[in-house]
Amino acid sequence: MPDKEKKQGTNISRRNFLKGVGTGTVAATVAPSVLIGSEKAADAQTGDAVASATIQLNINGKPYQVEVEARTTLLTVLRDGIDTSGTNIDLTGAKLICDRGECGGCTVMVDGKTVYACMMLAMDAEGTQITTVEGLADGDNLHPVQDAFVQHDALMCGFCTPGFVVSSAALLSENTKPTLEEIKVGLSGNTCRCGTYPFIFDAVKTASKKM
Amino acid sequence: MASWGEASESRLIGKRIPRLSGKDKVTGKAKYTFDINRPGLLYGRILRSEVARANVVDLDLSEAEAMPGVKAVLPLIEVGRQIRYQGQEIAAVAAETDDIAKDAIRRIRVELEELPHVVTEEDAMRENAPQIRDDWAGNQSEPNVREEGDINAGFEQAAVEVEATYHTPVQTHVCLETHGNVAEWEDDENLTVWASTQGVFGVRNDLAGHFNLPANQVRIITEHMGGGFGSKFGPGVEGRTAANLARATGRPVKLMLTRKAEHLVAGNRPSMTQHVRAGATGDGRIIAYDMKGYGTGGISSGAGFQAPYVYHVPNRRTERRNVAVNVGNQRAMRAPGHPQGAFAMDSLMDELAEKLGMNPLEFRRINDPSEVRQAQYTLGAQEIGWHRRNSVPGSGTGVKKRGMGVGSGQWGGGGGDGTQARVTINADGTVEAVTGTQDIGTGIRTAIAIIVAEELGLNPTDIMVKVGDSGPGLPSGGSGGSQTTASVAPVIKTAAAAAKQKLFERVAPQLEASVEDLRVGNHTIYVVSDRTKTIKWELATGQLGMESITEGGEWDRELRQGGVAGTQFAEVEVDTETGAVRVIKIVAVQDCGLAINRLTTESQINGGVIMGLGQALLEERFMDAQTGRMLNANLEDYKVPGTFEIPEIKSIVFDTHRKVTGIGEPPCIPTLGAIANAVHNAIGVRIRELPITPDKILIALAEKKA
Repeated sequence: MPDKEKKQGTNISRRNFLKGVGTGTVAATVAPSVLIGSEKAADAQTGDAVASATIQLNINGKPYQVEVEARTTLLTVLRDGIDTSGTNIDLTGAKLICDRGECGGCTVMVDGKTVYACMMLAMDAEGTQITTVEGLADGDNLHPVQDAFVQHDALMCGFCTPGFVVSSAALLSENTKPTLEEIKVGLSGNTCRCGTYPFIFDAVKTASKKM
Repeated sequence: MASWGEASESRLIGKRIPRLSGKDKVTGKAKYTFDINRPGLLYGRILRSEVARANVVDLDLSEAEAMPGVKAVLPLIEVGRQIRYQGQEIAAVAAETDDIAKDAIRRIRVELEELPHVVTEEDAMRENAPQIRDDWAGNQSEPNVREEGDINAGFEQAAVEVEATYHTPVQTHVCLETHGNVAEWEDDENLTVWASTQGVFGVRNDLAGHFNLPANQVRIITEHMGGGFGSKFGPGVEGRTAANLARATGRPVKLMLTRKAEHLVAGNRPSMTQHVRAGATGDGRIIAYDMKGYGTGGISSGAGFQAPYVYHVPNRRTERRNVAVNVGNQRAMRAPGHPQGAFAMDSLMDELAEKLGMNPLEFRRINDPSEVRQAQYTLGAQEIGWHRRNSVPGSGTGVKKRGMGVGSGQWGGGGGDGTQARVTINADGTVEAVTGTQDIGTGIRTAIAIIVAEELGLNPTDIMVKVGDSGPGLPSGGSGGSQTTASVAPVIKTAAAAAKQKLFERVAPQLEASVEDLRVGNHTIYVVSDRTKTIKWELATGQLGMESITEGGEWDRELRQGGVAGTQFAEVEVDTETGAVRVIKIVAVQDCGLAINRLTTESQINGGVIMGLGQALLEERFMDAQTGRMLNANLEDYKVPGTFEIPEIKSIVFDTHRKVTGIGEPPCIPTLGAIANAVHNAIGVRIRELPITPDKILIALAEKKA
């Protein structure tokens, strides 16, 4: 069933969607006298965007019901979404960093595969099993990747860390004994600015011994 | 005299201890400003100019104000004022959701009259260029000229001369958590702001001044923050705007910069172009140095750089200018002025050595006055295998050629007075350490716990460390200049020692011992002269009842020291067919004094090396001269190092004394020169313009062939 529902998704990738709505603003600023945000652009943008629906999401094994617009990303729901019962979902581990699928700060697992939550529309996540960094530990027992990250100091400011942790866990679930080169490939979708990479590689190696 | 004691006596200090915030950071529990969610939270956004230079002719907020879900719209520039760079703030909105705020931004109408702009240094210095600053003729500041010795006499003694131009472009900080704040007014006169900042008290004082409030009625909280690198000291326009929007709506407002705005307006490292002529004597002494250089820090000044750098140059003349362009302003960035200066100087050193037919390392040994670096040269050369280097640059065979290079750096990091801290021992045995510093990812929280735990015979996890909050009213400086640890550690140590002394005074009578005869270790207070007399930590503290022991500390300058030296060696592999440079290994020998936590010290050295690598090979802000816009204000086209770029890094904690020194910045300095020199050693041609990208390599190789 999940497969069938996936195929019936919106079939709009966010990149295409942005491409469609972005042109008005760009064109407007070339002229010597400039109007930013013409009415036409705003209409084009809001026209599609306001369509909304109530969807069911399964996040870290728990069911949630949320009202979303067509444009709402999975990341927005995780971080800012409010369940129809009125509780904040408040899963803020996944971060918005680049806002265009380049840095991996928003990495979560959807049916066991890593996904950039900033690039997935929430509606397309219906019928899947979503796992965020908050769902990796078993109560107080950290996932081996999490434990290894702490022991090796594979983090500094820590803002990219949830994304790296999820990507590392996903990598080890597919390849329990990756080489250094395979670790680099597996984590190539994630970016760190503090420069924690060497200790991240060490941490993944350590974690792989416990998988 | 106060001291940190001998290494052999330290149970915790100098060991490798995982950071206390680690578990929260790997589980997603750590709350950054960006993650703060308050009841009734509104989302703020700022409309920014896409135009580099323009007059504001008209601003109409009415349509945005009328939108459902929009709670406030504020102008941020007056009609009639001039926009001076892309990204400059025009107006701000607060709305029920971030998407509504985005929509509302698009409904703001602003009419701009475009003016001629300049966004590159070359355009700004061109004759008849538009004048973008009234106070600078030709868009350039008055030159800053310095002279020492006699350069003409110096050049007369020179056996060889090099004349070259070195360039580093503008680099942006790329903080992964963008600048931003969550502002909430308790009432008209009490403001709380969760701020992504490197300076909790600086932000407090700025906002208190802005709103004309007593400083203690503004509370700044920075539990965790996602990178600053020098760009996050004040609240900025966005911080004041968040507080203004919160005031206008009576609701908390979160306002984070977009990734694009982060590149445009949140600071950058200025560019550097220097034309240098230098000479050396036949026996290998640099004898004369003449440099004319400039850089841009945007519309402001601040484009300074170090020249000459590190090495002893007896006769020298330097002339520096700032060039103004219509681009967002520079801010301090990790070792301001040093990496770019080091790149030029270390490149020049190798060029002089080559002309003399000397090994560049030997040439440095002759000219480097630092004893510490002299020792580091030996250690680093051994670690990288310097003897494997090409004695003739570019002499390797095959398509992929390897080479080695060396670079140097220096920094201060000795800290300063002005931190207040409190160490409290409670009756239940718990211990709190509180101060107004902030943990920007360097691990000061853990360092504080280690110091207190060492002093009180406890474990770091036993200590509750509270930082990143101005609420307790214990100020500390901003985390800049690698000053945090050297500023905070002495105060924490003396506070913990004072608290321990008070506890000893309390239990000495019942142990029938003098206070001087007491020690604490392994959760037990014992009498040195009679080890049978002991009291468990919790039993001792249990007698305090309602009276906790709370002691402050003082900044004892004997416990810290400024001035560090660093040296790095790089081995690279250059693909002569594709032009790609792969760094194989970096050996970073970093002078650092007493490393409170060796693990997080190594992390910082790794991080510095990687940021330096980015500047050497990848990072450059591209401005489009025609449109005045930044072409790569994102993370696709602005390249920062990723997993594939990471070499083997050997970080050597070179601890030559037992006084605390900060090293957040210095490890990013020597990397650029080491890599550039290694590239030259590999292929025999020199790239004098960073970043060293494949196109530059291929062009240089083609020119060499021709």
